[in-house]
Amino acid sequence: MTNIEKLPELVNGNAALVRRGKHFSADVMIEVGDRQHLVRFEQGRIAAVTPIRINLQSWTFAIRAAADVWERFWLPVPPPGYHDLIALLRYGRLRFEGNLQPLMANLIYLKLVLETPRVLEAGR
Amino acid sequence: MNVTIEPIVGRYMNLEFQGRPHRIYFEEAGQGIPLLCLHTAGSDGRQYRALLNDAEVTRDFRVVVFDMPWHGKSSPPAGWENEEYLLTTEGYTDLIMTVARALNLERPVVIGCSIGGRIVLQLALQHEAELRSVIGLQSSGRVNPYYDISWLYRPDVHGGEVCAAMVSGLMAPRSPAPHRWETLWHYMQGGPGVFKGDLHFYTVEGDILDRVGAIDAVQCPVYMLTGEYDYSCSPDDSTATAAQIEGAQLTIMKDLGHFPMSEHPEQFRTYLLPVLGDILRREGK
Repeated sequence: MTNIEKLPELVNGNAALVRRGKHFSADVMIEVGDRQHLVRFEQGRIAAVTPIRINLQSWTFAIRAAADVWERFWLPVPPPGYHDLIALLRYGRLRFEGNLQPLMANLIYLKLVLETPRVLEAGR
Repeated sequence: MNVTIEPIVGRYMNLEFQGRPHRIYFEEAGQGIPLLCLHTAGSDGRQYRALLNDAEVTRDFRVVVFDMPWHGKSSPPAGWENEEYLLTTEGYTDLIMTVARALNLERPVVIGCSIGGRIVLQLALQHEAELRSVIGLQSSGRVNPYYDISWLYRPDVHGGEVCAAMVSGLMAPRSPAPHRWETLWHYMQGGPGVFKGDLHFYTVEGDILDRVGAIDAVQCPVYMLTGEYDYSCSPDDSTATAAQIEGAQLTIMKDLGHFPMSEHPEQFRTYLLPVLGDILRREGK
């Protein structure tokens, strides 16, 4: 199971995080190297994570980065420049594509969601 | 009931600045060498709450913090509803010197962070005889814009939320959560378009990298402290600037980011106290 596939269990049990995202519903494509996932958000909860294996799937926006970039991002204490989505963006290690309005309107929530796998790494 | 009243005193001053009446809020604590503190873009003087409460600092320094007009408890001037707020080098410099004179701060040390870290370099260029020294936090003569700042002020994105979101990652991951979220709260409380208006100075109008070489750091010593996790004014940005200023003293701070005095005051003071000690030694104290 990939970290992205673990997002439902990491997010849906976190009441404060779900509340923060309660106005956010969208299909988001998250790319970890050569693996693409369609993550379905519904009012702050993650309803489904589906690996993308066929063409012509649509999404509201996409977040793309290489596997080793995500690996460093998910370290319990990531190094400078790998510690935040916008830091990755600033150094050209991550791309946002598509309709960015829902992303920007919910950016704190989405940052916190994508940082949740750090607790898994801390437990290893 | 257990109550602690902090030694900080807050007051308002009414003065003319740029030809218009302004009502400016300021706080102070301590006595001695004036230490004038400049907050970051889109925030306010609460960022210096720990410094104002630091008895080791206020023993020797009169710490003064003001909210820039449009920020914190300083209102915009009358007529603001018909104009776009845009910070400029000239207006910002004039503001700081006006406040310093209004409060009779004699040859103050000026410490500023981010936009404040930029403007102290301008002050060292232009007003070196009126200053004791400058301390630039997250200071550089130039930063390269890395995103479209129009996101910070548009009706379909909550301004407070997005401003906080765009700065949250500038802090170090190990900075304590209460201080990080307090720092974000200040951003969430900023007026519409104000952070964006400050960034006009920071990323567009106020590029002085090509001029900082003329700073006389003997007349006005230049100290620079930059947190390692900052990707807005990165350690490389500060290093490039310090390399242009003969005698500038730059330290890269571990486990700190763009808001050292606010995100992790205990870690920050381990870097600031030696600088203040150096300033005291120069005074023969």
